[in-house]
Amino acid sequence: MSNILVLLETRDGSLRPASLEALGAARKTVDELGGGTVTALSYEAFDADAALLGASGADNVLIAGAAQHSAEGAAATCTRVAKELGSVAVLLAASVRGKDLTARIAAGLETGCVPDCTAITVADGRMVFTRPIYAGKGMLNARVSGAVAVASLRGNFFAAASRDAAAEIGETSAEASKSVVREVAAKSGGRPDVAEANIVVAGGRGMGDADNWAMLEAIADQLPGAAIGASRAVVDSGIRSHSEQVGQTGKTVAPELYIAAGISGAIQHLAGMNNSKCIVAINKDADAPIFTAATYGIVGDINEVLPVLAEELSKLQN
Amino acid sequence: MKIITCVKRVPATTTRVVIDASTKSLDPTGVEFLLNPYDEFAVEQALQVAAAHEGSTVTAISLGNAAAQKELRTVLAMGADDAVLLTNDLALDADVTTTARILAEAIRGREFDLLFFGKQAVDNDAHGVGPAVATMLGVPCLTEVVKFELDGDKVICEREVEGGREILESPLPCAITCQKGLNEPRYANLKGIMKAKKKPLEITEVDLGAPALEVIDLLPPADRPAGRIIGEGAAAVAELVDALRNEAKVL
Repeated sequence: MSNILVLLETRDGSLRPASLEALGAARKTVDELGGGTVTALSYEAFDADAALLGASGADNVLIAGAAQHSAEGAAATCTRVAKELGSVAVLLAASVRGKDLTARIAAGLETGCVPDCTAITVADGRMVFTRPIYAGKGMLNARVSGAVAVASLRGNFFAAASRDAAAEIGETSAEASKSVVREVAAKSGGRPDVAEANIVVAGGRGMGDADNWAMLEAIADQLPGAAIGASRAVVDSGIRSHSEQVGQTGKTVAPELYIAAGISGAIQHLAGMNNSKCIVAINKDADAPIFTAATYGIVGDINEVLPVLAEELSKLQN
Repeated sequence: MKIITCVKRVPATTTRVVIDASTKSLDPTGVEFLLNPYDEFAVEQALQVAAAHEGSTVTAISLGNAAAQKELRTVLAMGADDAVLLTNDLALDADVTTTARILAEAIRGREFDLLFFGKQAVDNDAHGVGPAVATMLGVPCLTEVVKFELDGDKVICEREVEGGREILESPLPCAITCQKGLNEPRYANLKGIMKAKKKPLEITEVDLGAPALEVIDLLPPADRPAGRIIGEGAAAVAELVDALRNEAKVL
């Protein structure tokens, strides 16, 4: 009987959706290992929904109940609980916090870690982890040498389970930390983060002046849950914020729909978005490399195409 | 202040990756290597803190192959005082836990107030060496920092998380991993490059020990299915929306 521990991520007392994907991955992996239990651990106090957590894959939930979520405290608590349970794996979302925690937990457990995985399979009774390296230009398959594997999971690559089971809720103690989170401020503006959105509407140098971005905002307004993305050139010129940058020195995204407007498709940009399910490229240069990655392309001037696209999408909404 | 910054030699982000199946790694033939872009922010922050505190020293440490002397000379030319290269032919492919273990061993026994790292190396993309080194040394670590402030004996930093910002605080000594936006890294000028040639660069052979990850293989990513050009200009939009809705089913 194997145990897999999933470290949940919460903010302001609410569970982050990516944690449910980690529970689903843990459930599937435990079953493929021949059966066992999935334990969810939250370092921070939160209002746990036993039905949702159970349905998503957890058998039981441990809440450490710390007032705030320092990575140092969360990693130390997770390390202790994984040792107590004799877990064969610790899984968590590869969010900013998750990436912060993965290698710390592995260091605490004196084992290896596989950050930002896109697949977990079981072969000959051992877990094999797949992860992109060189910004997705290579896919590494690896096993962890130690008795316990620590892996963070990239968003949109794993699915929550859908079981008819409720999780049992319990408590555990929280380890202290020297560093603290003083404040968490929600970003102003209603759009989701580009790394988490199901739809990304992105612009590049071909968008021209900052004012032209209103055309992309208008398209995003017609697509519920859409985020705005930007190429490096646009961010470096100060037109858009770095938090929107997609690519090798920005964020890696894999939404259902990625619309690239005025983006030529430098290799560093393609690396950050070519796992998107459907890619639409709009560019006046028919030879732009973005068209090699695109599911659908329109060769044309963004000033002509984008307003019409916004209008066509608004017809769908109505 | 005693400041240490850990840096890595990495392939340029423009590299077209060709995989060498025999080494399960990047074929380095014709590849340009340089200082990891995020490490430039780490070096710059180290130099700025040192400049603000008289008598400070900045030491750069790297785990790399023999050629990684070049990247350490770059850091010395930017203004670091001395450098240490922990060298092994296979160092650039070491997994995150192994890299952290060797760096932590080298840092242990040295005095330090602050450790600066890039938030990730753009080859292995693990985001983990800084936090793992800090855990091994028993000091706090604040990651992906975009604002850094030293207030007496504590550090106050800001980072962006999905949909928000966090303000983090830590006592010294601690480790910081640096994100784009933290500062504008300086270029090494000619004077810096000349001075760097005379600065101490200590080279020590290291044994990587048993790896924490067992690599099965490294494969190119799966090809995307070929797409199609729908048409030209605004006239093609209606067909695009129809394809998104009825063919790709993403609307």
